[in-house]
Amino acid sequence: MTGAAGDAGYDEWLAALADGQGFYLESPAGHGSLPPRRVCPHSGSTELTAEPLPEVGTLETFTVVHVPTPRFDDDAPYVTAIADFGAVRLTGVLRGVDPEAVDGIDLGMAVEAGVEERETDGKRIVVLRPA
Amino acid sequence: MTEVRVAGVGLTKFGRQPERTGRDLFAEAALNAFADADVPRADVDALNYGNFIGSLAENQGHQAPLMAEAAGLRCPATRYEEACASAGVAVREAVRTVRSGEADVVVAGGMERMNNLGTGDATAGLSIAADDLFEIRAGMTFPGAYALMARAYFDEYGGGRTDLAHVASKNHANAVDNEYAQYRREVTVEEALDAPPIATPLHLFDACPITDGASALVLVSEAYADANDLDAPVAITGTGQGTDNLALGDREHLTRTPAADDAAATAYDEAGIGPDDVDLAEVHDCFTIAEVLATESLGFFAPGEGISAARDGVTTADGDLPINLSGGLKAKGHPVGATGGSQIVELTRLLRGDHPNSRHVPDAEVAVAHNAGGTVASAVVHVLEVAR
Repeated sequence: MTGAAGDAGYDEWLAALADGQGFYLESPAGHGSLPPRRVCPHSGSTELTAEPLPEVGTLETFTVVHVPTPRFDDDAPYVTAIADFGAVRLTGVLRGVDPEAVDGIDLGMAVEAGVEERETDGKRIVVLRPA
Repeated sequence: MTEVRVAGVGLTKFGRQPERTGRDLFAEAALNAFADADVPRADVDALNYGNFIGSLAENQGHQAPLMAEAAGLRCPATRYEEACASAGVAVREAVRTVRSGEADVVVAGGMERMNNLGTGDATAGLSIAADDLFEIRAGMTFPGAYALMARAYFDEYGGGRTDLAHVASKNHANAVDNEYAQYRREVTVEEALDAPPIATPLHLFDACPITDGASALVLVSEAYADANDLDAPVAITGTGQGTDNLALGDREHLTRTPAADDAAATAYDEAGIGPDDVDLAEVHDCFTIAEVLATESLGFFAPGEGISAARDGVTTADGDLPINLSGGLKAKGHPVGATGGSQIVELTRLLRGDHPNSRHVPDAEVAVAHNAGGTVASAVVHVLEVAR
């Protein structure tokens, strides 16, 4: 459904994250958001600057997905997680943990964000791993 | 302001009927509504039609004129799309149009055909209500999204799978006598707890089914009802809508749904009521945790306290505040683009006394419908009252 043209703004953000240069957009009031974006969703400011993403975030919540969409057929069961990186949260696939035993994991675990390939089709996705 | 009356309501059976076309489903619901309303189709000023994934499921865009034609209407027809809140928004705009004096008769409702897609593609279709760049690409499904909220809720407030299993068991019990419901069988708490996982901590009976179905309402002005001597004892006295950031991770709280808070505040204010005045409610329980979040946003319980309501018997059929007497999305079924209309169909019948479960609420006068889109980035709340 998505064409071959790419997604300007997002693609550059993902490439930067893959290179260890992850960033987010910050408004003068200190709110964070992710590109492409012209207006801060929290303050309404249009003066957004790129700030480096902290190297380590904390695991805020997660789920082990057993019934996937077709794009994740070969990945299931996999873990989707939301991690708090201070001014922004990232949603990604949590790897480096056992999906069959993951319900024992404590929230608050330190995680790092990067970019890896989806098993089903090799597309690049945001991945979180224990720091 | 002109009061809006519900002149007639109609549904199809909700369930797995993958071979039925969308146009046939909506036509059946609309004709049922006209049979109930005693309003001639020629009097209809507008059709407000809700649908979410028809472009994917039936390769059919531009559905409003198709549905007008199917229902025997020739009037301005518009499709509304706010994911699973599509029909709620269609009803809300119908209420506003009638109130404004622009129209005397508006048909509102919706349709969704989903089972022809199969589970995988239906799951993918539903997931497009989330943020494609930052959620869907990270593997977020809708059960997954609500699972993320459920785990965060348990962590913040306590509660657990057993509390949610009570929500499932309650709503399945409510659906047993509802002739339109997809699952008319009881599910025990133990059965719900033992079911296979979908997206932990949510298991099979925490999730609504994939449903084909349609809903329709004939809404009229009070003046039209009086002039035509209609039997239309239920009025829609409040309507509210709220919006939040689309992506769950961009919200202030992972465990609250402020779009529904905002929608409820507006609807209550218009109706001149508060949560304590409500006798029963239909809320958007696409997943068991969603019912908990909804009842907190509607002000029935403080944040963190809604989780035990079903287990404590407060929200059961014979409790102080019955929630989802129809069976809810959970057991009645969730044809997403039709759901917001079907909730108001159910409440109208419950208030009129002609619903199989009306016996549980014989003196009810005030009811609330809560319809949500996505992870509640959209919410619509309506107040229904027995007209004096």
